Amino acid sequence: MLSRTADNLFWLARYMERADFLARILQASRRLATLPRAYGGVETEWESALLSSGAAPAFHAAGLTVDEANVTQFLAFSPDNPSSIRNCIELARVNARAVRTALTVEMWEAINGAFLELKAFEQASRSAEEVTRFLDFVKQVSAAYDGGAHRTMLRNDAYWFSRVGLYLERADNTARLLDVKYHVLLPETEAVGGSLDYFQWTAILRAVSAHTAYHWVYRDSLKPWLVADLLILRPEMPRSLIACYESVVQNLDRLGKSHGKHGPAQRHARTVFGQLEHATIESVFHNGLHDFIQVFIADNQRLGALVSEQYLF
Amino acid sequence: MSGVDGLIRLPYEKLSKWLASVEPEFLASRRAQAELLFRRIGITFAVYGSQEATERLIPFDILPRIIARAEWAQLEKGLIQRVKALNLFLADLYGPGEILKAGVVPSELVYRNPAFRPEMAGRRVPHDIFVHIAGIDIIRTDDDGFFVLEDNARTPSGVSYMLENREVMMRLLPDLFALHRVAPIENYPDQLLATLRSAAPRGAGADPVSVLLTPGQYNSAFYEHSFLADKLGIELVEGRDLFVKDDVVFMRTTEGPRRVDVIYRRLDDDFLDPLAFRPDSALGVAGLMGAYHAGNVTLANAVGTGVADDKAIYTYMPEVIRFYLGEEPLLKNVPTWRCREKEALRYVLDHLDELVVKEVNGSGGYGMLVGPHATKAQIAEFAEKLADNPTNFIAQPTLALSTCPVSVASGVAPRHVDLRPFVLYGPNGASVVPGGLTRVAMTENSLVVNSSQGGGTKDTWIIDDAPLARA
Repeated sequence: MLSRTADNLFWLARYMERADFLARILQASRRLATLPRAYGGVETEWESALLSSGAAPAFHAAGLTVDEANVTQFLAFSPDNPSSIRNCIELARVNARAVRTALTVEMWEAINGAFLELKAFEQASRSAEEVTRFLDFVKQVSAAYDGGAHRTMLRNDAYWFSRVGLYLERADNTARLLDVKYHVLLPETEAVGGSLDYFQWTAILRAVSAHTAYHWVYRDSLKPWLVADLLILRPEMPRSLIACYESVVQNLDRLGKSHGKHGPAQRHARTVFGQLEHATIESVFHNGLHDFIQVFIADNQRLGALVSEQYLF
Repeated sequence: MSGVDGLIRLPYEKLSKWLASVEPEFLASRRAQAELLFRRIGITFAVYGSQEATERLIPFDILPRIIARAEWAQLEKGLIQRVKALNLFLADLYGPGEILKAGVVPSELVYRNPAFRPEMAGRRVPHDIFVHIAGIDIIRTDDDGFFVLEDNARTPSGVSYMLENREVMMRLLPDLFALHRVAPIENYPDQLLATLRSAAPRGAGADPVSVLLTPGQYNSAFYEHSFLADKLGIELVEGRDLFVKDDVVFMRTTEGPRRVDVIYRRLDDDFLDPLAFRPDSALGVAGLMGAYHAGNVTLANAVGTGVADDKAIYTYMPEVIRFYLGEEPLLKNVPTWRCREKEALRYVLDHLDELVVKEVNGSGGYGMLVGPHATKAQIAEFAEKLADNPTNFIAQPTLALSTCPVSVASGVAPRHVDLRPFVLYGPNGASVVPGGLTRVAMTENSLVVNSSQGGGTKDTWIIDDAPLARA
């Protein structure tokens, strides 16, 4: 396949996944922000929404005040924030249009439909109700795109490049979310942690749609290290780092097989996956959760670079 | 829909009865559905210089234009004859130039034409075919028959609308289809691919690689480029996806370089190769012309075909056909005044308010004067341009263009139409897909059907079982 097509598909998948993640972060933060003050005191949820999305530097550089309206506007609708949901959808469509021939009708219609509806949302009010509708809409679009790809694409390099992009992005998102929240996930905070921490843990789980899953996996009340365990090391949890890497490795291997050549990208992905397979949550905490996640984020970025080098993007 | 006698023309009888049987709301709802479909599929058209809508829908009319098989058969023969002659003509212009030596076509019309490519002089192209894909614009005046309005031998567009219009029609009006036997057009992409493959250079392997070269997604016809590449199952490439090494063209793929044999290019000559043509163009491929001249790649259409699109050359097409084929042209030209000829110019200047005046190199409805609809000031302005540079213009009468029924807010109304059938021409022969793109002037009385000027399109049906004369 054309290298440019592979590049476009890879990024298209990443933008769609990122839009979904931003919608989830915003929804979780809105939920936390509605808690009565008595539960926690400091309002950090909007700052942490900015941090998890990676948009904090740009936001502060624009000299904006951190509050619900500004953060929502910046993360969801702002044309000036390169990673806003709006821009993700628009960039996804630019990529999709360039590789229209590599997409199935379902995928194209999901993206093109989203792009057209986005225009309507941009003209609508920013009432809480409207924002809720918008965030639900974004999650639906991402699911429709993803489902369309899963159901209709030929299992060839176009599919594998898309999937590698999707899982790389998803791993990056989960890792960022953990990194921002690592202090509330530290085991010792449980002793001092009041109900705010409890709601923070819940918010993390909700952001990745794992609130119910947690109970199915652990049959236990919420424990911060188990939340971390679920999102890092549990292969049955679809957004965990290990689950993402299992898929990254699989899809890169299929690519390698069809091209008759395994290269640095395949080797690096295997190494990262191997490290996750051998880790325990105890060892992660022993060596420091924050450091662990920082190393993972850097490794994940390196894999992105290796994929584009190897496949000549 | 009606002939000169005021009666419903026979091919339209069933449509006319069907129209009488449906509620007006039915048509309105189908119109709305069609628009929704086009927007969702993303069948758009980019309009240069229009800020508020960089992507616009071409208005689509849901009533078909119907042509009887017997009439079509005549038209088809004429089209193939014409494209055959165009190919011989171009090979001659860049070769021995017999027709110029014989004085049939004035040589300055060719050599001074900006679309004439001196770089191609003395060069032969694979299989000596210059025009692989032609779009010949046809009008019908009255029951007298068809006239050629214009030849498009450069990069004719619109075939995706022809195909998509049919799909949408079949989805929205299955009952109307059931009443007619409509010739299918869905094999066009297969025929196009077969034509491209057959045109591969002789040195190419048994399984030549074809690609479609687009200027990119901001080009007005990008939708069509991606649609066709998809239907043909070939890569849609941009200039940056290709490179030339040792006079061979390759594309950059995830598995390394892959050789390319045939390029269906939707990029103008000027932009093809910055080393040969415009050095500032980032759209093309450096060294492409070297590979072309070495005979290692086929460009469809060939470089330099635009000279045949020229409206002054057009006026000589009947002579061109006679010269190369020794046959009488089966399709007539629209009577045309060549303003370069003194007497013609005088006539044109005296009758500007009755004529359509066109720039010989203009396209897309730009640079023309429609006399009967022009203001006095516009006419005066054009008269000056004409006097300044008469060679640059031709003039044609505003013929009694035929109309077709169009579904409008108030019901059904007649609008002027033309027809662009697509002719494929390869070493194994020529073919014309039954139908073509019917373009409609969406405004009442307007004669301008170009999409860049707000014109619309409709499906074209070639039907089997219509007798031409009333029993």
